[in-house]
Amino acid sequence: MTALAAILMRDMRLAVRVGGGALIGVLFFLIVVTLVPFAIGPDLVLLARIGPAILWLGALLATLLALDRLIAMDQEDGSLDLILMAPVPLELALAAKALAHWLSTGLPLVVAAPLLGLLLNLDPAATGAVALTLAAGTPALTFIGLIGAALTVALRRGGLLLAILVLPLTIPVLIFGVAAANAAIVGPVPFGTPFTILCALTLISIVIGPFAAAVALRQGLD
Amino acid sequence: MRLMASELACIRGGRQVFHNLSFTLGAGNALVVTGPNGAGKSSLLRLVAGLVHPAAGQLALEGGNGELTIGEQAHYLGHQDALKTALSVQENLAFWVGFLGAGDAKVDAALAAVGLDGLAALPALYLSAGQRRRLSLARLVAVERPIWLLDEPTSALDVAAQGLLADLMRTHLTGGGLILAATHGPLGLAAAQELKLGATR
Repeated sequence: MTALAAILMRDMRLAVRVGGGALIGVLFFLIVVTLVPFAIGPDLVLLARIGPAILWLGALLATLLALDRLIAMDQEDGSLDLILMAPVPLELALAAKALAHWLSTGLPLVVAAPLLGLLLNLDPAATGAVALTLAAGTPALTFIGLIGAALTVALRRGGLLLAILVLPLTIPVLIFGVAAANAAIVGPVPFGTPFTILCALTLISIVIGPFAAAVALRQGLD
Repeated sequence: MRLMASELACIRGGRQVFHNLSFTLGAGNALVVTGPNGAGKSSLLRLVAGLVHPAAGQLALEGGNGELTIGEQAHYLGHQDALKTALSVQENLAFWVGFLGAGDAKVDAALAAVGLDGLAALPALYLSAGQRRRLSLARLVAVERPIWLLDEPTSALDVAAQGLLADLMRTHLTGGGLILAATHGPLGLAAAQELKLGATR
């Protein structure tokens, strides 16, 4: 347990120190969402209707932004070798890293979403629904991204391949995240139906992500 | 405790680095691996650490903890220092000590042992190459592992630090530890076996 706490604390510290990715994700989210009203124009009805989708797309891209640092940084400075050799199961170490990544980049997005909802003319109920779906869905993005991050490290390819690998896998999360938010705002489907599937997707990726990432890293040993 | 390798072969990037390599290393002994650049010294250490799969041959540890792999009972000091420049000297060491499963109490003592106790609060970014190396060595002091795999351990170290490293290695050997070191220069160990790579090709 101390080993996992150690890696969690270290990654959180690194994220908030100089050169860390914590603030970058939120700022990118802010910029993407701010750009949309400029691109679409001041049509308040239209903005409110597509608002949840824009918040979700922004969160998806912001999560992706910091993903290539998740494992690659540890590979560059040799830490990954020691993590691979340690008695701590690699799956758990990777899960702790992904959790730290979500706490430092995913959670701030959830907190920032209500603020950005104002820019998109979302009423309080709609904003709350989007924030709730983001809170339930962004861990899935991080843990799916963990697989991509491990694969790109194992294949010795950079972050560009990562986006192409990860984005298609996040489509179900995006669909049910936006569907749940829209269900809460306009109906007619009850909120619980897509939201339950979203939670299931998150739970599945939390289970599968660390195992798949560990397999990828072990296969890539050289 | 005995580390035995028989007829190891290593292929990296499609090139055979070495083959038919055998050695036995007993408790309290050091094996110094020498050879020209590209002879496979680092590959051999990474292979023992479990970071590279052998193409052929067997590696076995007699008298170790059967529950753990060889890599899990070993320290690996590679070319990279495994340090985070954004963290302080103390935080860097405390992380590895915590992650590798030793008590926090040993951090300060280990920093003192490698002469970095005065720099504990300094971010690792500002350390010199030799100081980074010493901080890596502190990990070996703080967390007990029977096998030390050292890749060019003296690189970037000044004369005093090389003496310190020799003392640490002697203490480790006296305690029944094993050392497998790849090096181009002398390590200051009196009774070390030598394994010459590159002669087999």
